[in-house]
Amino acid sequence: MKNLLKAAVAAVALTAAVGSAQAADVKACWIYVGPVGDFGWSYQHDQGRQEAVAQFGDKLETAYLESVPEGPDAERAIERFAREGCNIIFTTSFGYMNPTLKVAAKYPDVKFEHATGYKTADNVATYNSKFHEGRYIIGQIAAKMSKTGTAGYITSFPIPEVISGINAFMLGAQTVNPDFKVKVVWANTWFDPAKEADAAKALADQGVDIMVQHTDSTAPLQVAQERGLHGFGQASDMIAFAPEAQYTAIVDEWGPYYIHRIQAVLDGTWKSEQTWDGIAEGHVKMAPYTNLPDDVVAMAKETEAKIAGGFEPFTGPIYDQAGELKAAEGVTLDDGAILGMNWYVKGVDDKLPN
Amino acid sequence: MRIELVKRKEHSHLMTVLSPLLAVVLTLLTAALLFALAGKDPMIGLYKFFVEPLFDSWSLQELLVKATPLVLIAAGLLLCYLSNNWNIGAEGQFVFGAICGSFVPILFPDFQTVFTLPLMLFFGILGGAAWALIPALLKVRFSTNEILSSLMLVYVANLLLDYLVRGPWRDPEGYNFPESRMFSDAAIMPSIGLGRLTIAAPITIVVIVALAILLSRTLKGFEIRVMGESPRAGEFAGFSRGRLTLFVFAISGGLAGLAGTMEVSGSLNQLLPVISPGYGFTAIIVAFLGRLNPFGILIAGFVLALSYIGGEAVQSSVGISDKISDVIQGMLLFYVLACDTLILYKPRLVRSRRVGTREA
Repeated sequence: MKNLLKAAVAAVALTAAVGSAQAADVKACWIYVGPVGDFGWSYQHDQGRQEAVAQFGDKLETAYLESVPEGPDAERAIERFAREGCNIIFTTSFGYMNPTLKVAAKYPDVKFEHATGYKTADNVATYNSKFHEGRYIIGQIAAKMSKTGTAGYITSFPIPEVISGINAFMLGAQTVNPDFKVKVVWANTWFDPAKEADAAKALADQGVDIMVQHTDSTAPLQVAQERGLHGFGQASDMIAFAPEAQYTAIVDEWGPYYIHRIQAVLDGTWKSEQTWDGIAEGHVKMAPYTNLPDDVVAMAKETEAKIAGGFEPFTGPIYDQAGELKAAEGVTLDDGAILGMNWYVKGVDDKLPN
Repeated sequence: MRIELVKRKEHSHLMTVLSPLLAVVLTLLTAALLFALAGKDPMIGLYKFFVEPLFDSWSLQELLVKATPLVLIAAGLLLCYLSNNWNIGAEGQFVFGAICGSFVPILFPDFQTVFTLPLMLFFGILGGAAWALIPALLKVRFSTNEILSSLMLVYVANLLLDYLVRGPWRDPEGYNFPESRMFSDAAIMPSIGLGRLTIAAPITIVVIVALAILLSRTLKGFEIRVMGESPRAGEFAGFSRGRLTLFVFAISGGLAGLAGTMEVSGSLNQLLPVISPGYGFTAIIVAFLGRLNPFGILIAGFVLALSYIGGEAVQSSVGISDKISDVIQGMLLFYVLACDTLILYKPRLVRSRRVGTREA
């Protein structure tokens, strides 16, 4: 017992020494919902963190907690960082919204950034990307390349981001083939390779030849690779897992945003804002187009350039499943309508789980 | 050659007391080795994992917050396991209790009086007990295996919660995101101090004390132990196996439901698609780690909570992967079980008979 105490005292001294050795100007901390090795959503956020580290060097100290479940544990994890001297904390999943706000109210001097939510405070900003822009492009590619005219779509949860993704995919596909079909499967998880692979196999057995996913593991794409089908990477470039199957991937680039916001903390100019950027600002990128004929690559690049130039995929005429006009010819849905979307466009053969 | 476990004629009382400590020491050594292998200073790792959380008031509070639902659920499970009733579905009773407790602030947000919270807790207990009575009734009436039926009802409860939060109970101002409206202040557990500690912790202590008295001082406690150890003898004494099954399941479910309601009300302040990081299952470990003793459970719940909080601390401050803290948690259980086994059994090396005979 005495030795244990001695060890403890020694450890205190050591930690104090380590603590003073790292005198960074700013400490930024991240909370991830999945493991950093998911090669999808959390992996990509951690890539952004590493870009920030590379940019700021000694001026920046970082820390992260991975696989933090959305629920009672999230608030403790966030508060831990606030107490450990983090100046800015990025909480990178929707389910962290209310815990982030609760902790933020207790620590007014710490800046908080919540990804994909909608509630803000004086010291809580939100940020998200226009993933649906990328989904419009892959919809066009899918319709061009599919022989069966049917894509399989593995999705996570029926939240607006996911629904607007399905709709944008469909609108893109319909510009090429008005009769294009999509089979939607709800996996009810963001990251569960076994479940995602099962869903992909079931879809492949039903005769789809294009695999689209809005879940974070590489499993669906790997199934496509095994079955000789094709698909698209999610959140990060997954070409290493499916060298013959991946056409392209919708890549989340968080690095520039993180660098921008950490710089703002350093400069003392940080303000609570709601950031929602896409292809034009470089927050959404398309991975290199592979396994595609030249004319399809040209079409995809042209669409990408059009979106970068300001084209919004949700531009009318848009009809919902019941045939009701949601946006007239040439009219663009406003941000609120896209961020709160809870209806399918015409042609989606699925009922929203409601 | 093989190793056999031979039952010891009598086991050392000293070792019975020392065994959990021995398990902790072995866990510490293994943890130090793991930290060293990960290229981190083992002393700092051990300090952050096992020592600092116990001496910092914030961490200590968080420990209590984390341990509270585990202890409360394990307390109920204890009665089941002592009487040979295998309730594996506390997770479902926790969730269903939370649903029943939450309908008041969600459906009647304007009902904000001093009765709001007591009413919620009452419905939470009732809901958990009702959910637990399903496998109990099936067992008593149709001799259904309660392990399976109680476990399956976990998934039913989780899906019901999922449906409610995405459908009828969705926050009308929540942009279609799957969560209920936030509870009003009247529906939130009063907190103790400035942190997240609520009156749930003292309530849990009261429950544990009541349980200890029930088990050691009352006829019901005697009945539970007799029916667990020797149901035939119990039946000769006039105890009814069926009625006891219903009783322990109802208490166990009620406590899980209470834990669920207090967690939702005190910690989340709203219903979400997932409200439990597996409390109902971890509580099974707590019950056995605490040797099916009310005060043992108190300590076991605390130790398990420490393994979560400490794991988080080394992850954030030293940068050790959360997988390593999972391994350490598993190691602790492994050593406890191994030490217990070696108290009751003696390993013996047995030479295979073939060794002696020559084939030629």
